[in-house]
Amino acid sequence: MSSPRLMWRKSLNHVMLSLTGVAAFGVVSILFLILGYLMWNGGASLSWSFFTQLPKPVGEVGGGMANAIVGSLKLLLLAAVMGLPVGLLAGVYLAEFGGNTFSFIIRYTADLLNGVPSIVIGIFAYSIAVLPVKHFSTLAGGVALGIMVIPITVRSTEEFLRAVPGSLREAAMALGASKWKTIATVVLPAASGGILTGMLLALARVAGETAPLLFTAFSNRFWSQGWGQPIASLPVMIYTYAIAPYDDWHRQAWAAGLVLLGLVLLSNLGARYILARTKVV
Amino acid sequence: MSAAATTIAHEAPPQSGPRAFIRRLTRGDELAHLITLVFAAGILLLTSMIVYELWINSHLSRTKFGWDFFWTRIWDPNFDNFGAAPFIYGTLVTSAVALIIAVPLGLASAIFLSELAPRKISDGVSFLIDLLAAVPSVIYGLLGIFIVVPLMRTTLGPMLIHSVGNVPYIGALFRGPNYGVGFLTAGIVLAIMVVPYIISVSREVLLTVPREQREAALAMGATRWESTWQVVVPWARTGIMGSIFLALARALGETMAVTMVIGNAARINPSLLGPGDTIASTIANQFTEATGDLYLSALIELGLVLFLITFILNGLARILIVLTERGGGHPS
Repeated sequence: MSSPRLMWRKSLNHVMLSLTGVAAFGVVSILFLILGYLMWNGGASLSWSFFTQLPKPVGEVGGGMANAIVGSLKLLLLAAVMGLPVGLLAGVYLAEFGGNTFSFIIRYTADLLNGVPSIVIGIFAYSIAVLPVKHFSTLAGGVALGIMVIPITVRSTEEFLRAVPGSLREAAMALGASKWKTIATVVLPAASGGILTGMLLALARVAGETAPLLFTAFSNRFWSQGWGQPIASLPVMIYTYAIAPYDDWHRQAWAAGLVLLGLVLLSNLGARYILARTKVV
Repeated sequence: MSAAATTIAHEAPPQSGPRAFIRRLTRGDELAHLITLVFAAGILLLTSMIVYELWINSHLSRTKFGWDFFWTRIWDPNFDNFGAAPFIYGTLVTSAVALIIAVPLGLASAIFLSELAPRKISDGVSFLIDLLAAVPSVIYGLLGIFIVVPLMRTTLGPMLIHSVGNVPYIGALFRGPNYGVGFLTAGIVLAIMVVPYIISVSREVLLTVPREQREAALAMGATRWESTWQVVVPWARTGIMGSIFLALARALGETMAVTMVIGNAARINPSLLGPGDTIASTIANQFTEATGDLYLSALIELGLVLFLITFILNGLARILIVLTERGGGHPS
């Protein structure tokens, strides 16, 4: 039975299948090696002053990025205020009111908007929020991040609203509730866990965005006064510090990288946890 | 929620008159429909505004250079002479390198996860890989600067020059000075970044292939690999193409990680080891220092080009993935 042809097919089978295993193992280990390297380097450079102090001038060792941490949070707050409501309501429209053609167009546009490179969003935010006033501002950075939040929120909101069983809607309607009351008091609460997850994931994604902030929020080595001033943020600080020629700045960049990664991964894990806890009916 | 529903049930019947109209509007479905519709249409408006702003703000550059913008190989801010050819070249080359590395690795890993690995391990690994897709690009850039660039300068680069560099034809890609930064380094970093996308989407598409397809192939005497490669993968090929298109769109538009490791030089370098620039990295690098109106306008036109490329690619990728999920991807 074991003709050379069969032997060849069997050995090819083994070779190719083991190769796929090697590839999977290789990819996963490379990815985790580099992240482990970040944890190790970042952990070694992280200190209490990183969270409490302002950046020191060039040449002085030490200092921290307190202003960048607060800056990132302020930018995220703006993005949330501008992007989340739009995403939520548009998602409600797609799931509850929309017809066929128009909804398809909106859905498709949202997907395409999601795929627009962040640097292009940055140019757009620059031309509507920086050019007219002729200076960089926190607000402009918030606009850029807010735009990026919208498409992600729309799609996740729609998805989770659709997962709510029709029987819940029918029960509310049978009690005499209007469509809007049904949505606001029955459907949205039932899907709230999922919607919240989607929002958190959207914010986690824009928290690490650098490119759209380079020429909107710019950066700042001091505390930013008000919303009209340029502001520092963790991603932009990592960029400037990593490409600078000073060893101490590199250490700070590693520390900032670790803090940013921790922030992003924790919110991702948190979002998944919320979703698992509040599984839709 | 039942409390809210019962109050509605006890409400008085609608009256006539203007007050009733306002009440109907403020409580009614029409208003809710209208408000959500406005926000949904807002997405359409926003996207059109992006195109519009890019279009009018690149006006100066478009009228001055016309179509020559795409082939001119000179980018000289001092003499207001701008051509996008070096950056288009850089974008295509880095993305191609990234896909050449990432597609085989990603596809093989996806096959392993969907066909061979036990479901629990597969789900666990996919969860970790999905988390990796959330890592910000500036962090990949940071790792690129401090891991990939030194590796390229001291080990990988010289190795390539001494081995592949002597091969005719393709050897030309691996000659010349080796700085550590350059197209190849950027391509490698991009490959690391897009591999999670390819694995995640391809695995999901492969899992949708009906079990009967595999069983039929095995029953005909095919080996496991033959059933996978000749039956399962062709069935899912449209979706796999979709995942590759998504990865490509991501690689083309990726800014920070590339900017940090590509070396930033506006020239068409025949060697993969040489420094260059992509469309996105040029914008990131030069936008804040663009002094003249024409300079800024040329950078915005670069943004317009990038926008259109990724727009088209993403559109194609979505269509492919939708087609597969509907089952239409299977060869008929």
